[in-house]
Amino acid sequence: MKNRLQKNEDIDVLRFEKGGLGQEVEELCGENLFGCYQCGTCSAGCPFIEDMDLAPDDVIRYVVLDRVEVLNSKTIWLCASCYTCAERCPRDINITKIMEALRQIILRKNIDQTSLVKIPENERKIIPQMAFVSLFRKNIG
Amino acid sequence: MKLLYYPGCTLKTSAKNLERSAFAVMDALGHEMVEMKDWNCCGVVASLTDDDLMRHLAPLRNLIHVEDAGENRVVTLCDMCCNTLKQTNLRVKEKPEDLEKLNAFMDEEKDYKGTVKVIHFLEFLRDEVGFDVLKKMVKNPLTGIRIMPYYGCMLLRPREVSIDDAEEPKILAELLITLGAEVIDNPFKIECCGSYHTVEQKELVSKRAHRITSFAVERGSDAIILSCPLCRFNLDVRGKESEKLFKGYKQIPVYYYTQLIAVALGLDLKCCGFDTHAVDPILLLKKKGCLKKE
Repeated sequence: MKNRLQKNEDIDVLRFEKGGLGQEVEELCGENLFGCYQCGTCSAGCPFIEDMDLAPDDVIRYVVLDRVEVLNSKTIWLCASCYTCAERCPRDINITKIMEALRQIILRKNIDQTSLVKIPENERKIIPQMAFVSLFRKNIG
Repeated sequence: MKLLYYPGCTLKTSAKNLERSAFAVMDALGHEMVEMKDWNCCGVVASLTDDDLMRHLAPLRNLIHVEDAGENRVVTLCDMCCNTLKQTNLRVKEKPEDLEKLNAFMDEEKDYKGTVKVIHFLEFLRDEVGFDVLKKMVKNPLTGIRIMPYYGCMLLRPREVSIDDAEEPKILAELLITLGAEVIDNPFKIECCGSYHTVEQKELVSKRAHRITSFAVERGSDAIILSCPLCRFNLDVRGKESEKLFKGYKQIPVYYYTQLIAVALGLDLKCCGFDTHAVDPILLLKKKGCLKKE
């Protein structure tokens, strides 16, 4: 696998023991990553696949192979928890929860992904409140 | 019938028209909807990490207040509120040890007993009012309008809290037939609209809105019907913005199901708040002659 992921200084300082990333993800999401047989159903149905740097099944493979650079992936932040992959997985793995676990590993180190000041004033007036609440819940630790 | 209602943040701000049209429809049906007291934000997105109980507190507090009011069910209009409340309700029923912890955390509230059922307004219309009853009350059938039902995510997934089949839902299609409209099917009806990315990545959401709507237009849709306030914003406003990204593309109007019921029942159109939409919804109704009142 070629490394397509951008470097990120904040995230690159995170250190894990051998196999530690997979273990932490499994503890957070309660899913068995090794159950995945890489069929790609999750990636085929994902509405954001075109904009992702890693496909959802790649993300699982990266975690299983202990490739910590998966935390630099755009994919985990593009996932909006629509549950389509979880609904369709033939191995009944909740990929939505795996994405959330990866986000939480970063957010719980106090590395936020959204800055409130960046949102323009005119947009703040028209966007539904629920969009803000969910964005902050997903992107701020 | 009297029904306890949980509004949520958006219904009181940018989706006032969804709330008002739902109340008007309830009135016309001869039922009463009462807003619950002392509600708080549900948190919008359900907690997806196993150890994070904190995010269940807000929805649980609402469920406790439903029990406090002496009710055993609560109706929601917002898809995301419905989903979050249902998921928390499910979690505390499946894991009593979590409920114990959450109850212990609550300060002024009583313990949650787990007696509440959360329902979506659409479920209420289908299961308790009945579309056949609704059909008899239609005064201005939406004849000749071709509409695509759009379900989005939160009504259908995860499967445990779905109000219909998670892959092949038909509740909105059935409603449209009830109202006399023609249903246009579209495989994108269950795909995510872009959700909260609309705040920071509006072009991404515009692209999604265009993908969903342009396919509906190709199949001959005049409009879209949906239930979620965030989907409405994304398909309507971001869809309108996508006209700049895709040359020659023209966005079609987006309606809440409650608005179309109100139109079909011949209710006062003020309750629909059509002026807040980006694409004029009245023009199409006028063109198709659906606004005449008897």
